Amino acid sequence: MQTSANVPRPRGSVWTDPQVRAWVFQIIAVIAVVALGWYLFDNTQTNLEKRGIVSGFGFLGNSAGFGIAQHLIEYTESDTYGRVFLVGLLNTLLVSFIGIVLASILGFILGVARLSPNWLISKMATVYIEIFRNIPPLLQILFWYFAVFLTLPGPRDSLGINDTFFLNSRGLYMPAPGPSESFWPFVLVLLATIAAIVVMGRWAKARREATGQVFHAFWASLAMIIVIPGLAVLIGGNPLVWSVPELTGFNFRGGWVLIPELMALTLALTIYTAAFIAENVRSGIMAVSHGQTEAARSLGLRPGNTLRLVIIPQALRVIIPPLTSQYLNLAKNSSLAAGIGYPDMVSLFAGTVLNQTGQAIEVIAITMSVYLAISISISLLMNWYNKRIALIER
Amino acid sequence: MQTHTFKPDLPPPRMSVGAVGWLKANLFSNWFNTLLTFFAIYLIWLIVPPIIQWAFINADWTGTTRADCTSGGACWVFVQQRLGQFMYGFYPTELRWRVDATLWLAIIGAAPLFVPQMPRKALYGLGFLLVYPVLAYWLLHGGMFGLSVVSTSQWGGLLLTLVIAAVGISGALPLGILLALGRRSNMPAIRVICVTFIEFWRGVPLITVLFMSSVMLPLFLPEGMHFDKLMRALFGVVLFQSAYIAEVVRGGLQAIPKGQYEAAAAMGLGYWRMMGLVILPQALKLVIPGIVNTFISLFKDTSLVIIIGLFDLLNSIKQATTDPAWLGMATEGYVFAALVFWIFCFGMSRYSMHLERKLDTGHKR
Repeated sequence: MQTSANVPRPRGSVWTDPQVRAWVFQIIAVIAVVALGWYLFDNTQTNLEKRGIVSGFGFLGNSAGFGIAQHLIEYTESDTYGRVFLVGLLNTLLVSFIGIVLASILGFILGVARLSPNWLISKMATVYIEIFRNIPPLLQILFWYFAVFLTLPGPRDSLGINDTFFLNSRGLYMPAPGPSESFWPFVLVLLATIAAIVVMGRWAKARREATGQVFHAFWASLAMIIVIPGLAVLIGGNPLVWSVPELTGFNFRGGWVLIPELMALTLALTIYTAAFIAENVRSGIMAVSHGQTEAARSLGLRPGNTLRLVIIPQALRVIIPPLTSQYLNLAKNSSLAAGIGYPDMVSLFAGTVLNQTGQAIEVIAITMSVYLAISISISLLMNWYNKRIALIER
Repeated sequence: MQTHTFKPDLPPPRMSVGAVGWLKANLFSNWFNTLLTFFAIYLIWLIVPPIIQWAFINADWTGTTRADCTSGGACWVFVQQRLGQFMYGFYPTELRWRVDATLWLAIIGAAPLFVPQMPRKALYGLGFLLVYPVLAYWLLHGGMFGLSVVSTSQWGGLLLTLVIAAVGISGALPLGILLALGRRSNMPAIRVICVTFIEFWRGVPLITVLFMSSVMLPLFLPEGMHFDKLMRALFGVVLFQSAYIAEVVRGGLQAIPKGQYEAAAAMGLGYWRMMGLVILPQALKLVIPGIVNTFISLFKDTSLVIIIGLFDLLNSIKQATTDPAWLGMATEGYVFAALVFWIFCFGMSRYSMHLERKLDTGHKR
């Protein structure tokens, strides 16, 4: 029998060689993309010249000349567009952060409630989820803003709680803390207590691993965190002075105020996203087989410990990836602020600044890259966390 | 020999069967559950009666003006009076039959697709997908065969919402499939282009995309080429949505075992025939529920066109609530909008669950 090694492989035409074709296709694709890019760039150049728009980022240094309802950093009308961008960015981050925290809490509660053996509770959670995830977030934002917060009574007939919190159509007024003279000593005592708790926790764990004896570190630290700072307050006086809002003339002065736009936006985003997070949590918990619970119980773990040490760590592996995309969605949905005029980055920068300066390309490019950066950082962070808790397989 | 006769079984304890048993097992199984039950009943009592009171008992259903709303509850007269605007936008009243005809055409045309015994369903479906958009455009926009022109700036209400959603999904689906194939390709240049495209659109919010297509698209196009507002919005929606479809389809492609690719290659099929005849039919079947879910989110996202000043269902209602003759009707308006959106989205999500069960051929582990 002849060995096939000596027979030259039949070669077809160059055009049927997959490698050659792959190269040709790729070169064509790259040329097409570059050509399209160049075509658009060229058109843009011509159009900009015709309209007399000078491109460049110089406009960021110009004075903005408009006020902003909510700014976390110092801002006056004479500040630059660059500062406006910063104010908008911080407002976006604020809404995303509050929304993510609240939606996670509400979502976890709802997800667990949906799996509750209590029929009424689980049905209520189901109804909540089915209602709120099927209504567009923008509609929910508009509803809370126009139908709820703006229809509240004016400052004079505010709904007061305890004469410290006031809710009216201009926002929620609440006392603001400020440091008194005993503030820094108090912080010092607090830090020392926390350090002591950490040391105690390590010692308790080391002792348990060495001798098997259990030390109730949790209850001890709870006692420490309540008693020691409490004593400090008794001795040194209140570390915080509260500035309580007061009605002067037509509006409140002092304290903190949450503007209605912020409340409507966070409330709507929280309610909407929590419905999705609840579904993720439910599927994560259901993915842990019941045998795990039974095994943990037969090892003698208490129900609380079973949940904390066995169920939740395994459920989190399933929950984290979809949870990441929900967080990303919330951050992106915070741009719906433009619908009610909350001064976030889109409504300030891509709205007002774009209208004033006409620098469409630069403004949109900056806005989009910021969202890309936020998206990428959240997903990098969550990927890192996911890798840390992922199952290490053989 | 004595035969042993069993005594008849005793009935189960009365506390463990029937309504009482159910209550005991599901609501009052232990003290914590009992507490939760009372808490839930309290919550329901707090929320449900006021809503029913407002929406039904105290509501006004008939009338023509705001003065007819006297009982202090919901004023559905507002919705009733403005229903035409909510459904059709500024579409001329005497031409609204054309919108209705378009809708009926869609329902009648698509109905055979839902009959399981229908022969040549794929061919019919393809034909319908090719013919219907042309007919629908002709009916809605007019300008040919004696129908007068209704420009897209007059389209509005639910009509516009449905147009954006339908065009969005039918444009995004083919583009998304191509992108998914590109992302799974062996050619690095194609892969890089597709990944960049997908990740870019997935990383930015739809609002910025709409802003971009409304203010930047005119700059990108050569002199004399002009798109109206609706076209620009559709352009942005299709590009944005195709990235999401691509990710869904990629999930399906990844779920097809490698043996299928190898078997197709061994049969001598080239790339396109391998994909078209072997891989995609299986992959798409796997991801139909995912595509429906993407469509639901697209449907909800159509409401964002409010930002660039198109009058979809939500914006029509928002405008109507600012009418001086109907001030203070925001709650009624938004509740109505929520109801319409909810019916569509909930219906589609139920349909997707039904499809999931129906298409499950038991290969899943």
